[in-house]
Amino acid sequence: MSERMFIEGNEAIGWGATVAGCQAFFGYPITPQNEITEWFAREFPKMGRVFVQTQSELGSINMLYGAAATGIRAMTSSSSPGWSLMQETMSDMANAELPCVVIDVQRGGPGGGPIRHAQQDYFQCTRGGGHGDYRNIVLAPASAQECCDLTQLAFYLADKYRNPVVIISDAIIGRLRETIEVKKIDFGPVPDKDWAVTGKGRHKDGKRRVMEHAGDLFARYPSYQALLLNLDQKIKRMQKSELRYEGYKIEDAELILVAYGYTARVSKEAVNMARTEGIKAGLIRLITAWPFPYEVIRQKASQGSRFLAVEDSLGQLVDDVRVAVESRAEVGLVNILDRHMPTDGGMILPDKILAKIETMK
Amino acid sequence: MTRERVAGRPRLLIPQTAGFVYCSGCHEPLVARAIAEALEELGMGDKTIGVFDIGCNSFLLGMLDIDSVLTPHGRPPDMATAIKHVYPDNIVFTVQGDGGLLAIGADPLLGVLTRAEKITIMMLNNAVYGTTGGQMAPTSLVGQKTTTTPEGRDVIKSGFPIHAAEMIATFKGTAYSARGAVNNPYNYERTRKYIKVAFDKQINKAGFSFVEILVACPANWRLSPIDSLKWMEERMIPEFPLGEFKNVDKIE
Repeated sequence: MSERMFIEGNEAIGWGATVAGCQAFFGYPITPQNEITEWFAREFPKMGRVFVQTQSELGSINMLYGAAATGIRAMTSSSSPGWSLMQETMSDMANAELPCVVIDVQRGGPGGGPIRHAQQDYFQCTRGGGHGDYRNIVLAPASAQECCDLTQLAFYLADKYRNPVVIISDAIIGRLRETIEVKKIDFGPVPDKDWAVTGKGRHKDGKRRVMEHAGDLFARYPSYQALLLNLDQKIKRMQKSELRYEGYKIEDAELILVAYGYTARVSKEAVNMARTEGIKAGLIRLITAWPFPYEVIRQKASQGSRFLAVEDSLGQLVDDVRVAVESRAEVGLVNILDRHMPTDGGMILPDKILAKIETMK
Repeated sequence: MTRERVAGRPRLLIPQTAGFVYCSGCHEPLVARAIAEALEELGMGDKTIGVFDIGCNSFLLGMLDIDSVLTPHGRPPDMATAIKHVYPDNIVFTVQGDGGLLAIGADPLLGVLTRAEKITIMMLNNAVYGTTGGQMAPTSLVGQKTTTTPEGRDVIKSGFPIHAAEMIATFKGTAYSARGAVNNPYNYERTRKYIKVAFDKQINKAGFSFVEILVACPANWRLSPIDSLKWMEERMIPEFPLGEFKNVDKIE
């Protein structure tokens, strides 16, 4: 069963969550993600599913913690300042090993920042975001279709690894209206949620379930070291198995752009323009912002490719590219200072990227 | 003639075989017992989820044989809200300290009161932050010496104690609000009944229910367990009067 629709990326997230079997959504108003919260407020009660407008993003993330603890698929969404507020509980959920999905539709910062597009939460999303040692898989949609499909993937990966999954979107991808096909994707079976807190009467063994994020209170692990070891192994498993990226004209590329989200779409256009000028450019578009394709970039660097990070921030993603090339290749940067206008409405456009490509060729 | 069980350990109370974590003279284990008894009387142990906060109250999580979750500090009302929406026929309650509910947790408390969530919050009021060593709490008495008010709580500098049960009773979404204590058998019995009524409001989907429970903290009051009982009678109860402040079958 599938259905074609002409909708925004933000709304596509709602449809993706629906076909993935998400049962509860918690949200607080913040621009530019309001269409997500409003979509769930409108559609979820009709389906008999849970929607709660929370009193703050702290409320959203902790309600998500509660809902996820019952074993259902649940999610919340926010934008940069609200995403910051959520970090204590993100860390707690990583410790408690709770599957859940959180959307960050990025806006400008630091601080309150402009309410329009930006890509400045890359570090915060890919490094965990909160205190302590943990990582979350971070999916980066670049179209309305991907907003729908990666939301489904997010729920699957969350269940597969018993770990929160983050979707890093931005105001442009969120508000972009495109034709999409809403189709349920079958990713295969996920582990049983025997740990879920549902009331003792619902457990076959009649024994109580406890969900906590201290790790050593109730002997979930024999020691703190054992808990950390488990996290470490899980992080390595995710790194090994869940890397996703789109390689665009990279086979013969002498200069490879690296980008995600809206700037990846712009970068693709710039690659096409460069190719018509005979410049061998290509693009690595991140589909997972974490895990990051270090190995792929390192290999290309040792084969002689140079790199150009394109991101709507002062420079965060570029650090990962530098780590990947290990000084083997030149790494350039097109950043937020290269927007076509100095106002918050300014965007990184293909001609600016092309100009940079030309200086690096 | 049916035989009534009048004594013995409630089945929902887990024997503390690995050692008892509470300080001598602490009243919190009595609250665990009162909750266990109330749930047993209602026959709801299998359909109840307890939500516990960071603080000494989290040890209750190890005492009650029910499905339970531990939350980040101050957030039990949020988690309880979500769990109640997912399982509306379960009893979902929180246990929190005065700081956990009225200071760091004031945001989720107000959210729950605004939305009239059909959950029960139990607040343990000992007039200090217990786990962290006896700092001033929102409920510390005027003049009370704590580690952060070494000269005593000064109303000009740090205001007045909050009266949670009275305040919560003023909200339209509240079906039940009461304050009890467990300092003697009479007050214990009354408190157990308050808890049972509060759970009953959930079963009948009446509205939000709240029970504040005064508990002694001899370690941080710097008093012996016996002197703590005296301080409870002479200082705490006059400031925080016991009784029911709201009890309705339907919110409107």
